[in-house]
This record gives sequence, C-alpha cells and structure tokens, in this order.
Amino acid sequence: MQQLISFLFKNKHFLIFLLLELIAVFFTVQNHSYHRSKFVNSANFITGGIYKRINDFKEYIHLKDENIRLAEENVYLKNLLDKENITDSINRAQLIDTLNTNQKYFYISSKVINNEYNRSNNYITINSGENKGVTSDMGVINSKGIIGITKSISNKYATVLSVLNINSKINIKLLKSNYFGSLSWNAKDYQTVQFLDLPVQANIQIGDTVITGGRSTIFPEGIPVGTIKDFNIVNNNYEFININLFNDMSALGYVEIIKNFDREQIKDLEEKTTNE
Amino acid sequence: MNRENLNIAFVFVGLVFLQIIIFNNINFLGYINPFFYIVFIFFYPVKKLDGTFLLISFLLGLTIDFFSNSGGINAAATLLAAYIRIPVIKSVLGKNELEFANFSFRKLKFNKTLLVITILTFIHHFIVFGLEYFKLNNIQLILTKTFLTSIFTIILILISFILFTNKNAS
Repeated sequence: MQQLISFLFKNKHFLIFLLLELIAVFFTVQNHSYHRSKFVNSANFITGGIYKRINDFKEYIHLKDENIRLAEENVYLKNLLDKENITDSINRAQLIDTLNTNQKYFYISSKVINNEYNRSNNYITINSGENKGVTSDMGVINSKGIIGITKSISNKYATVLSVLNINSKINIKLLKSNYFGSLSWNAKDYQTVQFLDLPVQANIQIGDTVITGGRSTIFPEGIPVGTIKDFNIVNNNYEFININLFNDMSALGYVEIIKNFDREQIKDLEEKTTNE
Repeated sequence: MNRENLNIAFVFVGLVFLQIIIFNNINFLGYINPFFYIVFIFFYPVKKLDGTFLLISFLLGLTIDFFSNSGGINAAATLLAAYIRIPVIKSVLGKNELEFANFSFRKLKFNKTLLVITILTFIHHFIVFGLEYFKLNNIQLILTKTFLTSIFTIILILISFILFTNKNAS
C-alpha cells in the first residue's frame, strides 16, 4: 500500500498529464461525432457575448456589401410578387379559404457573429437562440443559398454546422431533373463542395444548377446551392462531382433560420412507422 | 510570487484575445492561421515540472477550443507541448540536469532557442491538425498544414521574443 502511494506520488505529474489528456481527447471525439451534443462550443454566454462585441465593431465595414445584397433581394422579391399577381388574376374565380391554407415555413432573421471556413470542421456562431425560438436541426440560409444546420443552442446564441464541415450531409438534387444525391465537403477548398451518390443516368453538364432536395424536414425544396464545376466518370459511375457554391462562405452577414411547422408531425409519423 | 501570478494571468487573457480576434482571422494564403497563443509555453517560467503549469496550459488550450468549436484539440496539443517542454530543453542542451533557478531563454544561444521553439511548435501543430482531420488518408494535408502554419507561428514567436527582450534592456 505504501509502495503504491509512493509510486503515485512520484508519478503525479504524469498522472495529471494523462488525466487531462484523456479529457481533451474525450472532448475531441465527442466533437467529431455528429449526433452527440457538445460541451465545448461557442454558443455559450461568455464566448457568444465576446464574439458579439467583436462583431459590433466589424459590422460597419460590411454595411455597403450588405446593402447591395438586400437591394438585390428586394428586386428579386418584387419580381416574384408581380408574377404572383398574374396567376392570382387567373385564379380569382376560385375562392380560397384562408383557414385551410397554413404556413409551413417560418423564417427567423439572424446575424453571423463568428464565421469559420478554413478548417475541416467549421462552425458558424449566430446571435439568435432559444429566445427567438431556434432549436437544433434547423436550416440556415441567406438570399444566395444554403449555409448550414443549427447545432448547439444557448439562450441567446446558436452554433451552425456549416456546409463546410466534413460531418455535414445535406439532401440535394439537380434543378433540371429529379435526380437526388447528398452534399458533402472534402475539406480542401471553401468555395467548392462535393455532390455524392448521384446516379450516372442523371447525365449532368458543367454549369448545371444544384438545389436542395426537400426530402428532409430541415430545408424546403429549391434553396439554391451552386453550379457544377467539374466531374469525372469512372466505370460508369461518377468518381467525383465538384460544385461551386453560390454563397461566398468567407463573407457571411445576415442569415435566415428556417422553422418548419410540420417537422414534429413528420418526425412523429416516421417514428411510428419504424416502430411498427 | 504574487506579482508573477498576476503577470501570468494577464498574459493568459491577452493571448486568448489576440488569438481569437486577430490570429484566427488572418487566413494567409486562404487557410493559414498561426497558433500564436503557444508562446505561453515559452513565456511561463521554466521551473521544475509542476502540476499548475500543466493545468494552466490545458485550460489555455480549452479556452481557445471553446471559441473555435474544436472539441479538445488545442487543449490536448498544448498540454502535450507543456509536458515535454523540459525534456526537450534538456535534450537540446545535452544536459541531464537543468539549473532551474537562473534558467532563461534569453541566456541561451539563438540557434538553441530556435531549435526548442521549432520542435515544440511542430509537435503542437501536428497534434492539432492530426486530431482535426482524424484520418490517416489525409496525412499529406495534415503535414502540409503543419509545416506551413508552424513556419508562420515560429516567426511570430521569434518576433515577440525580440520585442520582449528589447523592452527589458532599455
């Protein structure tokens, strides 16, 4: 017993080192798995607060770009409204019962306060959390296209699993046909992402537009993703397909979080089906 | 003693802010961000290995991890660098025992200091990128990133050493 105690005492620094190293590795492993909730994240009160302060200073530099983006979006939305009017006048004869039409998606405006794009597991911190009704697994977009999916939530802040994260998998499809695949990232270039599991029959061309598929409850169908940059066919299969993102992931400002009102229903239904 | 502790606390907080505000946003050549905060390992007085130093190094790494959503990557790497600091210094100097009382990096020859900094920085960066990519088939990417980022970090650490020494001399 005495020998054991003296051994422990002699090697106490090594034991401290070992213990702390194990804790660090535990956090790292936890961080690498997508499903487990994380302890070390930047959505908490202190880190979120500091990032918000820093961002308040930076904001002024990007006001001009942000204004241009908003003006562009306004033009796009106005054009959309005019199109709606035409179809409205055609269908005016039909009476629409507004009680039966229900809103499926709700958009929460938010702002990026910390943005990462040059590592293999990139996370974005935004300044809305539980207080604005944000929960985990909600889609995040801006006017140009998809950005990511919310992950850790605190009262006032949330982290977003960026599309530039090797753990990220998002259902996408081609605009011109209904072939589906999934979006992933190989951690090489922050402007290029990869299109996986696309059947060769899809017959893609360089420059084809890729949009979200709408097969999950996170993103509605038709959110722009990017255009096909290059691809290679080996043994009648796509070896790789690179997509140029519409979004410049290095310069993100205001974003929208998508809340899906039907998500609970769909989730419940799917769980019931798998349990039966 | 008390003043020394205060000094260390000040450097700790200062390095965390420098790292998250400036050095995490440099993006030199698109992806190179130096880990300047590990200058702490060289700044902390070289004494007989003590648990406090290990704990503070771990906490420094973990604080950086909190800000950059990276799990325990920086904590693991900084802790290891702190633990092997004295063995590395000993082997570079070729001595079995160090006189801790009056040891200072400034008294060493420049090439010896550079060697100690280079070895510890390389090990730290290799662990960071190794844990970040976590896959053996990314080894080429890991080594490239380790090499390029290390050069950047070492230059910054040397500059800070020069600045710090000059201040003391004048």
